[in-house]
Amino acid sequence: MEYELKFSPYSEHSILIEWPSVMDKNMLKSILSYKKIIQNLYIKQKVELINTYNSILIIYNFTIDNINDEILKLKSLKYNKTNLENLKSRLWKIPVCYDDEFGLDLEEFSLQKELSKAEIIQRHSAAIYTIFFIGFLPGFLYLGGLDNKLHLDRKSAPNLDVKKGAVGIGGNQTGIYPQNSPGGWHIIGKTPVDFFNPKTNPPCVFNAGDQLKFYPISKSEFLDLEQDVKRGCFQLKPLQNA
Amino acid sequence: MLKVLQPGFFSTIQDYGRFGYRDHGVPVSGVIDLYSAQFANALLGNTNDAALIEMTMVGGKFQFLEPTTIVVSGAFMNPKLNDMPIEQHKLIHIHSNDVLHFAQVKQGFRTYLAIKGGFKSDVLLGSRSQYNPVTSNNTIHKGELVPYQSFSSLHVSNSKVKFDNSILKSNILDVFKGPEFDRLSEKQKQQLENDEFKVSKYNNRMAYQLEPMVENDIKPILSAPVLPGTVQLTPNGNLIVLTRDCQTTGGYPRVLQLMESAINMLAQKTTGNTLKFRLKE
Repeated sequence: MEYELKFSPYSEHSILIEWPSVMDKNMLKSILSYKKIIQNLYIKQKVELINTYNSILIIYNFTIDNINDEILKLKSLKYNKTNLENLKSRLWKIPVCYDDEFGLDLEEFSLQKELSKAEIIQRHSAAIYTIFFIGFLPGFLYLGGLDNKLHLDRKSAPNLDVKKGAVGIGGNQTGIYPQNSPGGWHIIGKTPVDFFNPKTNPPCVFNAGDQLKFYPISKSEFLDLEQDVKRGCFQLKPLQNA
Repeated sequence: MLKVLQPGFFSTIQDYGRFGYRDHGVPVSGVIDLYSAQFANALLGNTNDAALIEMTMVGGKFQFLEPTTIVVSGAFMNPKLNDMPIEQHKLIHIHSNDVLHFAQVKQGFRTYLAIKGGFKSDVLLGSRSQYNPVTSNNTIHKGELVPYQSFSSLHVSNSKVKFDNSILKSNILDVFKGPEFDRLSEKQKQQLENDEFKVSKYNNRMAYQLEPMVENDIKPILSAPVLPGTVQLTPNGNLIVLTRDCQTTGGYPRVLQLMESAINMLAQKTTGNTLKFRLKE
């Protein structure tokens, strides 16, 4: 599918490319394949690319002589079907304990949505989510694909200390808090997995375009895994998808 | 080693930023006033990765355990070496056990202490810039020892470049239109171009909030990339200028983008200071 792209200078050293303003898995593929082509173009220079649902921001960490020439260069890049097919996506399986001790808002969520806890857990862990991009906090994944029945507006007053690993729902999104932080999402569980570790490279193993699925674990399994993560003997292994 | 006798109000180790990890949500960080930092490093003949100490509002008190050469740049915090006033934007030779003391800021808001060879604190993800959770601390602490390489020969520089004080004095911020500028009403555009804004008390290394509010009914956008210098307009009418430790993406309309020179200038502004935007085509 062809999309109409908009190219514009964003700052003295960055260029924004925009796709139509929608969240769409197929459009994400187009964005990510374009991102890859641009990365290859500047492989020897210091360039950073941020993608979101419908944009790529190209940040040049060096002086560019003429931003309009740079835009013309980007516009002339061709991307075709072969590139799209070469994009590999990985599937990550993330353990989540939905026990009341960690799912602080599960009870309230269940009352508001008139769904049993078991059904919430079943629906939340059945879906396959797409990682659209990483932003907000280091290691925070923007996931698409939350079951319609689990959509619920954010809490009116944020919780000032959401714990690292907390799994929450806010509006039509679900996500994992990679660090302790304030947050307004309904917390329904917790994962023992590290989503951001500055002492490893890369500090976050997930990439935009990867897929993710949650699976429920018991409290004792959580505690065991938490110890493994602390000792550094737990490693996530993704399944390779075509 | 540099011994931190007193850290000051908010002092951090910064280099020019952490590049290559924004894709994983890691802010770029780095000195907010790049002009003052680069000025000092250039005078010392330092490379582009040399780390400095960035002090905010009230400076610290430091003891140098080895000889070296330093430059103090940016805001004026009445620097004294062994109780004698020293000049800024000039090479200062340091002997073992010299004590450098800064006071409350007199002009500007952020002062840089640059040292020959740069401070040698730990590098995490390619940078020494302090930002929690990448680095374990957000600031330097009392009693902390910050490593540097000792230099005993007097360093001579032929640099005749003068520090441009307008960065501390001017309050005109050069800006480009942001991606959502055209969604603003005529009235809002006029306000942004003509009105004077004041820095609110909510200003730090992540963002500067401005006053007064701008009446607003444009809706949030799909989360999109942002940069230091991006000016966001929130649904309730707050203007927020993002600075170096800002998030990598945001959902508020991006109405303006500060030029690099304007970010440096903003870094020297504090609560109550007024400023105006000047739109560049």
